[in-house]
Amino acid sequence: MKTFMPAKFTVLRDKDRCIGCKVCVNQCSFDTHYYDADDDEVRSREQNCIGCHRCVTFCPTQALTISRNPLDYRENFNWRPENIEDITKQAESGGMLLTGMGNDKGQKIYWDHLVLNASQVTNPSIDPLREPMELRTYLGRKPDRLEVSSSAGLKTKLPPQVAIEVPVMFAAMSYGAISINVHESLARAASEAGTLWNTGEGGLHQKLYQYGKNTIVQVASGRFGVHPDYLNVARVIEIKIGQGAKPGIGGHLPGEKVSAEVSQTRMIPQGTDALSPAPQHDIYSIEDLAQLVYALKEATNYTKPVSVKIAAVHNSAAIASGMVRAGADIIVLDGIRGATGAAPKVIRDNVGIPIELALASVDTRLRQEGIRQQASLVVSGGIRNSGDVIKAIALGADAVYVGTAALIALGCHVCQQCHTGKCAWGIATTDLRLTKRINPEIGAQRLVNLLRGWSLEIKDMLGGLGVNAIESLRGNRLHLRGVGLTDTELRILGVKMAGE
Amino acid sequence: MRNLRQLNNPYGEDKVIAACSIFGVMDTSGRRFTGKDVLRAIANMHVRGNGLGGGLAAYGIYPDYAEFYALHIMFDSCEGKDATEALLNNSFKVVKAEEVPTQPHPAIASPPLVWRYFVEANPEQCAGISADDYVVAVVMRINTEVEDSFVFSSGKNMGVFKGVGYPEDIGHYFCLEDAYKGYCWTAHGRFPTNSRGWWGGAHPFSILDWTVVHNGEISSYGINRRYLEQFGYQCTLETDTEVVAYAVDLLMRRHGLPLEVVARVLAPPLWEQIERMPDAEREFMRALRQVYGSLLLNGPFAVVIAHEGEMIGLTDRIRLRPLTVGEKGDMVYLSSEESAIRLISPELDRVWSPVGGEPVVARLKSGRRVSRGRSSELAKA
Repeated sequence: MKTFMPAKFTVLRDKDRCIGCKVCVNQCSFDTHYYDADDDEVRSREQNCIGCHRCVTFCPTQALTISRNPLDYRENFNWRPENIEDITKQAESGGMLLTGMGNDKGQKIYWDHLVLNASQVTNPSIDPLREPMELRTYLGRKPDRLEVSSSAGLKTKLPPQVAIEVPVMFAAMSYGAISINVHESLARAASEAGTLWNTGEGGLHQKLYQYGKNTIVQVASGRFGVHPDYLNVARVIEIKIGQGAKPGIGGHLPGEKVSAEVSQTRMIPQGTDALSPAPQHDIYSIEDLAQLVYALKEATNYTKPVSVKIAAVHNSAAIASGMVRAGADIIVLDGIRGATGAAPKVIRDNVGIPIELALASVDTRLRQEGIRQQASLVVSGGIRNSGDVIKAIALGADAVYVGTAALIALGCHVCQQCHTGKCAWGIATTDLRLTKRINPEIGAQRLVNLLRGWSLEIKDMLGGLGVNAIESLRGNRLHLRGVGLTDTELRILGVKMAGE
Repeated sequence: MRNLRQLNNPYGEDKVIAACSIFGVMDTSGRRFTGKDVLRAIANMHVRGNGLGGGLAAYGIYPDYAEFYALHIMFDSCEGKDATEALLNNSFKVVKAEEVPTQPHPAIASPPLVWRYFVEANPEQCAGISADDYVVAVVMRINTEVEDSFVFSSGKNMGVFKGVGYPEDIGHYFCLEDAYKGYCWTAHGRFPTNSRGWWGGAHPFSILDWTVVHNGEISSYGINRRYLEQFGYQCTLETDTEVVAYAVDLLMRRHGLPLEVVARVLAPPLWEQIERMPDAEREFMRALRQVYGSLLLNGPFAVVIAHEGEMIGLTDRIRLRPLTVGEKGDMVYLSSEESAIRLISPELDRVWSPVGGEPVVARLKSGRRVSRGRSSELAKA
């Protein structure tokens, strides 16, 4: 069938600059560039280009320019190009539209409508270059109070607590969805920066067990790679109920991606599809969740916090309250802009709620019930910079997860082709020709640099607010103000309008 | 479910920024003395305030009614007074009710009515909670639900006197030079930057017999307040200082932590200092910060906190506000400025400025406590 899909991008090759070195041909994993031996010329199949900029970055003479195909449709607010092209694709494929990364639609990004305070006159700002500035955060269930005795000192025994030196962790991305080299980069960076990374639901490769102290292992509906050593090597165990990019549905790692190593780690036959059911089939209710939480605690002798991750949905606040009462030590909320290796586009873009609103309502609800201290609150889904991080903390989060931001640090250009397995940057692929493009040592360095940069910025903002410990900002919504928000939005966020 | 959005501050303020003078004095032998010197000392720091708030707390002033809760309550209207008195009569056995004596002062304009009530909490009405908790609940109700009424203080054998004016003028207005004798006094002169002149907003802030005078701005106020709200405290007054009083009440009275430990919650050591501590102490400090991190008072402050038999001075952990300690015989002085101490006690045995976060505690010597009870537990701790 002839495709009616126009090319998304045009490739401009400056003939004066091109030296015919074929770097672009070798780098492009989507077969956009090719060498025409007859004419001794490098040419492009523009309909293949997905705009990942791999060729542009590696062209030694800057001969390449990629731009959007200037194809104008007749103006129509309802039938925008995306709607037309989605229908075209489905008419040709007869399937669900799949996509990668997070929601790219224009729903309101509340971080951009929140601004921070700073000290002036009545309160000195603190200079983090000259004064201590503390970012350390402990994740885990806290008792409501401490009991001390004059003889024995501390009488209360605290549940397990995990320290992170920067309130930013690497979000769950499974081996299979991303390559082993990406996993190793994340693990090494987390160890070096004093934070945690998350295996995702695809198990933990044996060679990464050495980073166990900084590892969160995930137990999801497919139970891939879950066995006693996997649980015991970890610092935190996370039960994945849902994911912001695809609330309510499961996952599907195609058999082509299940290589020998993936097969061993996931404990499934090579070449078979890895299907994660939509629900966990032993969790149909909150009391079932409690059973799994305590099964995992029993299995690890109550030495590790157990985290439960859900997609942010309409009644997250009530669900989160139930999760805390079911024994979750950490609650993870993943918002509508949370990313994925592969999800149906219609679900990614239409299901779930913005993380800012979910975070605010969950934190408020747990406080109303007097149980906020019983669980740490971690949020994820579209966190882009340290400003988003500090606003999340002021709204009430203990820490955030970053997925896309970490991948961008490794080279990702957010071309949204993760589901194709052809990632030219060697990230979301298990093709050995491509995965070697990530060097774990350099990858770890780039990630550590990112966390260091964000830490410095967070310290500067804290100092400006006049506080020198992050716990003094956590949940301190008085340091936030809203701009361009309705009364209802302000009420849910629990912040005042700027100027008030 | 608790409604944490109850609006109870008549001025809609979350926090008033204030600079101030603070002063505290205790005779650790338990000897009682008038407020005359205290007023001279706080007047010596006149320029640290701007006349928009002044007040004093005095301990040991009601020995004849020492076993009753002494409620100092201000009223902006007769209706408020009637409603409050109806609530008090329903909630307590009121042993005595009278207006707090005052004398005219040219600088004190349109003062509210201030009355005091000596009350007894009926065990049946307390319904399973302690008498102290019951009193706190009633105080919260008056402050949030009854129009035009605010409780200045609610402890036994103590009282708070405060209002809009310089502290020396307020002290004169309430006849503190000679009408009362206490073993411990704290005082405050206020420099609010956006106050609307409300008597309830002056220091000291108090719950039960806890009082706090405070110089500074608590930048962590938002989370301190949200944390305390989980435990039923409602921040009703017009200042961030209130959270200090409630935090101390929660930690000492309800959670049973000794004052020195409470000081470590409010102004904890840095993590890097904690990591260098001996094992047991490190575990203890870690746990304190893990559990009570939301009560860390961040931002510049110096406070004098007092309750029955004890007075504590504390600054923030990087000491952004001044505090000086003086000792002379049985007397312990805490002050924003040394000059104020020297004015009333020129020849001090010892004078020093504590480092940031280091608590200075003055206690009545053992056996000389004004009354027994909770405080005896503290002695052990």
